[in-house]
Amino acid sequence: MVAVVAGAEPFSGSESTAIRADFPILGRTVRDGKPLVYLDSGATSHKPWVVLEAEREFYEKHNSAVHRGAHQLSEEGTELYESARATIAAFIGATADEVVFTKNATEGLNLVAYAFSNASHGGGGARGRMPQPDDEMAARFVLAPGDEVLVTEMEHHANLVPWQELCRRTGATLRWIPLTPDGRLDLTDLDDLLTDRTKVVAFTHVSNVLGTINPVREITEKAHAAGALVVLDACQSVPHLSVDVTELGVDFLAFSGHKLFGPLGIGVLWGRPELLDAMPTFLTGGSMIETVTMEGSTYAPVPQKFEAGVPMAAQAIGFAAAVDYLTELGMDRVLAHEQFLTAALLDGLAARPWVRVVGPPTAAERGATVAFVVDGVHAHDVGQVLDDQGVAVRVGHHCAWPLHRALGVAATTRASFAAYNTVGEVDALLGALDLVPAIFGLDLDSVPRAASDRQQQRDREQVTV
Amino acid sequence: MDLYRELILEHSKRPHRVGLREPFAAEVHHVNPTCGDEVTLRLDLDASTGEGEHATIRDLSYDALGCSISVASASVLAAEVTGHSVREALDTYAAMHAMLTSKGQDPGDEDAIGDGVAFAGVAKYPARVKCALLGWSAFTDALARSGIDISETSPSTSRFSTHATPKG
Repeated sequence: MVAVVAGAEPFSGSESTAIRADFPILGRTVRDGKPLVYLDSGATSHKPWVVLEAEREFYEKHNSAVHRGAHQLSEEGTELYESARATIAAFIGATADEVVFTKNATEGLNLVAYAFSNASHGGGGARGRMPQPDDEMAARFVLAPGDEVLVTEMEHHANLVPWQELCRRTGATLRWIPLTPDGRLDLTDLDDLLTDRTKVVAFTHVSNVLGTINPVREITEKAHAAGALVVLDACQSVPHLSVDVTELGVDFLAFSGHKLFGPLGIGVLWGRPELLDAMPTFLTGGSMIETVTMEGSTYAPVPQKFEAGVPMAAQAIGFAAAVDYLTELGMDRVLAHEQFLTAALLDGLAARPWVRVVGPPTAAERGATVAFVVDGVHAHDVGQVLDDQGVAVRVGHHCAWPLHRALGVAATTRASFAAYNTVGEVDALLGALDLVPAIFGLDLDSVPRAASDRQQQRDREQVTV
Repeated sequence: MDLYRELILEHSKRPHRVGLREPFAAEVHHVNPTCGDEVTLRLDLDASTGEGEHATIRDLSYDALGCSISVASASVLAAEVTGHSVREALDTYAAMHAMLTSKGQDPGDEDAIGDGVAFAGVAKYPARVKCALLGWSAFTDALARSGIDISETSPSTSRFSTHATPKG
């Protein structure tokens, strides 16, 4: 459970105004002059000036292929790139040599899945330069038929499909933790799902649909007791709440820059250094080698071992600027603000009996994401009406199709927040939503769920932020 | 909103000729991976009027799960092509496709596509064009699987086929 830090307040009106002024795109209009109400930061967030300027400055003054060449530009570029790595590492309580830059979080998760795959098929590059190579460590990545991979039913496709493919390639068996009806992980049978054949447990920190904050430590401790490695999808947590890799206790953690006010095209895979060292290579080519002959190659130490090709230096520098920006806002206040908005939205939706929220009922158990269903109107149609009013949300299955099947719905409408959102935007969403019943001729008298029932439930689970 | 014309809402609430029926020569299942919309479509052809494009569409039955646009579009499809020759149906498809991909430039010809003109507004919303074409692409696929050569009349069918637009 994530608790709001005592004393952390949502941003005041004047603070919100100042934050919004930092994001140029929030000043634009959409759909015939309507102000943009952007409630889709779970898909991608907008970028503040400091990020845009950091990228621009790199291209204007230091543009170079980092880790190459002896000239001054390359030296400066390399220094900025590595300093960005240190900034981002510190943001999650890690050190720079544990942080690998990837194209996005999806690539980070694939990198780990392919480490298992490649280790199982004799891939090279395991055991780099660490003193006393630990064969036991390298063996943890070898999968054979009968071994098991454990995921959950609420995963984003990025943390599901790579493991399906890994199982297909190695003959391992994919198992999953099911959902409870209110959108939490059903851990009742976790002790049975974890066996001595479980080699890896991969799950999400915060659901990108339900907003559920999962009990990372509890699952991790049990997974470790069973001898499994733990991979955490932190895409929806790192941008919204304070994350410390040591505190979580996981082995790998992946997140992206673009959901965190940073540029598109860059993500991070954090891993325990002894594990990263014991893993085979993933993408190969320039930059990641130590020596190359026609017969074969040896590889650079971590993190370079996993960064083939000319690195995305401008994105890394922009990413670090975004992390600095968030740090300055204060992650405790970001969380308090987003939970305040989430609570306001949950309250507003609870007052509309024709709307059914999926996931935990109160804001304190959630990340900055609220998905809902209007029974009788497809999410695509709901989203279209909102868009017509300038309210940008995401509709569909949000890359979590099995989760939607488990919930028994084809698609949901999802609002997701960032620090720049306001309670006025929650009201704008609710106002636009109120147009839906009339447009689609919903008979509100026949709505099956009684609003009063849900209100009573919410009263019992008092929201405090 | 320009998008949700009364005709579309009418078709989506009470789809014409809905339901899966026998007999059928081909059955196809198409999905829109973006949102998970699905259509299962069956086609029954009457060859007594001729082979290939001269055959008559005796029945087009379907089960559609999706947004109002995709369901209504399947309904209009069934209403417009049933009882017509394959040739006429392909011409209707071509006219519908041209309107939907015109970015709002082609208002649609009521003589060619009937209630399909109600979808003219969809063309202004690129994300929804796929919804409107879901049933129609399933239809052309079912024709192809029934042995009809559709290559000349529907050059862009493949763009909208089952897995052509992965997302999510």
